[in-house]
Amino acid sequence: MDQTKIRNFSIIAHIDHGKSTLADRILELTHAVSKRDMREQVLDSMDLERERGITIKAQAVRVQWKGHELNLIDTPGHVDFTYEVSRSLQACEGALLVVDAAQGIEAQTLANAYLAIENNLEIVPVLNKIDLPQADPEGTAIEVAHLLGDAPEHVLAISAKTGEGVEAVLDAVIERIHAPAGDMSTPPRALVFDSSYDQYRGVVAFVRMIDGSFSRREALKAMALGTEFEPEEIGFFGPSMSPVEKLEAGEVGYLVTGLKDVAKLRVGDTITTVARPAREPLPGYKDVKPMVFAGLFPTDSDAYPELREALEKLKLNDAALLYEPETSQALGFGFRCGFLGLLHMEIVRERLEREFDLDLLVTAPNVAYRVKMQGGAELEVHNPAEMPSDREEVLEPYIKATVIVPKEFVGSVMELCNDRRGRFDHMEYLSEQRVMLIYELPLGEIVLDFYDQLKSRTRGYASFDYDLSGFRAGDLVRVDVLVGGEPVDALSLILHRDGAYDTGRQLVEKLREEIPRQMFDVPIQAAIGSRVIARETVKAKRKDVIAKCYGGDISRKRKLLEKQKKGKKRMKQVGSVEVPQEAFLAVLKLDGGKK
Amino acid sequence: MSGIRHLYVHIPFCASRCDYCDFVSLTGRADQHSRYVEALLAELELERERPTPELETVYLGGGTPSYLEPEALRRLLEGLPAAGELSVEANPETVTTGLAELLVEAGVNRVSLGAQSFQPRLLEVLGRHAGPDDIHRAIEILREAGVDNISLDLLYGIPGQSRDDLGADLDQALALAPEHLSCYELEAKPGTRFAHAHGAELPEQADAVEDHLELVVERLTASGYRWYETANFARFEPERDLRSVHNLGYWRGHDYLGIGIGAVSTAGDLRWRNAPSLSRYLQALETGKEPPRETEALDEATKLRERLMLGLRLDEPVAIAEVEPVLDRGALTRLSDLGLVKVEGGLMTLSTRGRMLGGAVCAELIVWPDETLAA
Repeated sequence: MDQTKIRNFSIIAHIDHGKSTLADRILELTHAVSKRDMREQVLDSMDLERERGITIKAQAVRVQWKGHELNLIDTPGHVDFTYEVSRSLQACEGALLVVDAAQGIEAQTLANAYLAIENNLEIVPVLNKIDLPQADPEGTAIEVAHLLGDAPEHVLAISAKTGEGVEAVLDAVIERIHAPAGDMSTPPRALVFDSSYDQYRGVVAFVRMIDGSFSRREALKAMALGTEFEPEEIGFFGPSMSPVEKLEAGEVGYLVTGLKDVAKLRVGDTITTVARPAREPLPGYKDVKPMVFAGLFPTDSDAYPELREALEKLKLNDAALLYEPETSQALGFGFRCGFLGLLHMEIVRERLEREFDLDLLVTAPNVAYRVKMQGGAELEVHNPAEMPSDREEVLEPYIKATVIVPKEFVGSVMELCNDRRGRFDHMEYLSEQRVMLIYELPLGEIVLDFYDQLKSRTRGYASFDYDLSGFRAGDLVRVDVLVGGEPVDALSLILHRDGAYDTGRQLVEKLREEIPRQMFDVPIQAAIGSRVIARETVKAKRKDVIAKCYGGDISRKRKLLEKQKKGKKRMKQVGSVEVPQEAFLAVLKLDGGKK
Repeated sequence: MSGIRHLYVHIPFCASRCDYCDFVSLTGRADQHSRYVEALLAELELERERPTPELETVYLGGGTPSYLEPEALRRLLEGLPAAGELSVEANPETVTTGLAELLVEAGVNRVSLGAQSFQPRLLEVLGRHAGPDDIHRAIEILREAGVDNISLDLLYGIPGQSRDDLGADLDQALALAPEHLSCYELEAKPGTRFAHAHGAELPEQADAVEDHLELVVERLTASGYRWYETANFARFEPERDLRSVHNLGYWRGHDYLGIGIGAVSTAGDLRWRNAPSLSRYLQALETGKEPPRETEALDEATKLRERLMLGLRLDEPVAIAEVEPVLDRGALTRLSDLGLVKVEGGLMTLSTRGRMLGGAVCAELIVWPDETLAA
């Protein structure tokens, strides 16, 4: 294929601004999918994505438009998936920036736009939902043009729902976005921007050919890991898998690698040929490290092997997921998992429960800490229970948070951010009504219930995004929880010293409510080291017996006792105390956090 | 399969239905009392192989046995085999001199009166029709007729009943010097009118009434009553053992025969319950057939579990060796460390606190069907 006839582009947008609907309309318009076969949001193949209205996996579809080959590379639309977005963007020359004409610019619009600009992408701004009565195309066009330093006339106005204006979008893709400029003469290089796993065919890599070409059955090599393989099939998504003999510079397609071990082919790697290897891999793909960690435990300890298998399978499709075995005294065998953020965590958990039919207990999340030891050694701690006591200094991750809200909520957002150790950076009026606030915040203060608080304090109007801004030292302490005198590793928290007392007190109060009364008093304590900072007692039950039991009642009473015992079985044993699974999530239920 | 020493006779008829009642009971139907009594005697005849010739106990429960038409009641009592203890349940408002004389003549030597409370306000909440005066009068009449073993039923946990109200009820009951007292926590059984009206309040007040059983036990034991079963108290008397022999039979795991609609029998490895329908019961027995029944097979382990569950309701010990196959030894150690179970010389009994927590304790002690024993 003549490279000048190829355009590779993504669609980027804030959640719910209509990215997937636009993708559907493009497929329909280019006859890639017949109207009859049109399922809504064809690209989001996972149920979960369709249900949540968000895209998790990037995919690439090739369509034809006016003598050109257009490759639409779908990207995830959420803050947690900045890394996946960046990988997909790297495979493109341009991006459609979709903005809801009724909502205007939101936090992820900004984040995505900046990401595209950083990647030197040509941005085609598109206002969507102009068919809505509350749409304000003129006002939003000015906002968007201002953001991009472009002219408002350049901003396209469409309704992806009705199809109005979508043809002009495709024309703009051809006119405004550069053709790829790969070198056909140098050794071949292709970028793996995503992968999926097929249980029969192994790892399927999604690639963008940068230079040269690959043929079927040609020996290939992943440069970073050195893995060699012969693809069983190469092809493109149209949107179903369509095999071809050759993938050439500028094209986007897939390689059926036949590899059964996903660890052998990492997303972000560069693939070249064994016969004529490239000297340098492609630049830019950084290994993004998970920043949010939580323990995942099967509620039924027998399901541990199933959980391990499920995580292995998920990892095939989710390069960002990290997991390592963890043993908790309270919860038994499980895994400490690393996630990009809270939504990523929620998605992984839901997929494990839904696709693998697992019943899980997920502990309260925490962030990654960098610890400097007294001897000078440094280590990274992913689990509060493992925070060493002979530490010199603890560094915690900070973020630069962008919050966009209607101006009447500025006060409550500031209050929330201040409560969470935020440092005000600056504030900007995007329009008369809407304000952008920039704060620096410790990520650890975000992972517990910041989103919920933000949403409830702004009646759902706030949009939020963040970027990691580095690690900084903090006066952090480990708060341990003791139930019946036994430390419960799964409940340990790392907190800033100033808030530790309050949170510890709230936590033990919450636990007192969550732990049912037993046959004996159960003290619940929060402690920093050996110093108890809060204490509550679950008072012993005084009566638990069925008053009446005669000849006619015996079978029923026997069954009641059996049921009572079964109820206890679902609890976790901490020493001699039975603790319901929900109690391990108590920290997530502290209302309002610090006051 | 002979050798049953306890007979229960269910009389479902009542003047009106109490709001909280979930027993098999029927109001009105006075015209059917005689037919029902004949059917009862027919069922007894069908089962004549089961009981021993000399029964230890016969118990007429209800419903309201004392509400039976006098002729029907007389016919029934005459038709029943003799027994050492012959108990009849009665509602205070049904007790007349005539009834008392009829009972005594027929050999009834124990009467259980459903007093429930002495406070008109609380009796009204329960939908009871007797007042405190009826209770006093009933006892007077029974005493006069020569009944020297009277039991009173009391309820606690009635919506609106304070701890002081309960104390007052106990005082009034004690003032009547009954030989025996049964005290139950009110349950809102699903489907009852009471559950409909008060179901939501009961869990809320559960914490508030948590120490009411303690109050009952303290007050009654301090007044010379033996807390011989979770809900039952017998006055100490040097000459007589005033515990209910019939009910002790259940708690000690004896076999028993129950006749009448809804009645349950347990014999060997079988338990059966007669269907609650009056018409089907009458129809079957009037044509010489067994009434419709549901049966349940009891395997050895189930019987041992029940033995443990029922035996530990009493203030007498259960032999560890007897229930060994279903006993969780680890739990036994744990619970005895907590002071809830006392183990001595191969016997176990529950401590006072252990008895208050008897349900939870038994649930722990018993190894249930799909449990494997933790070492």
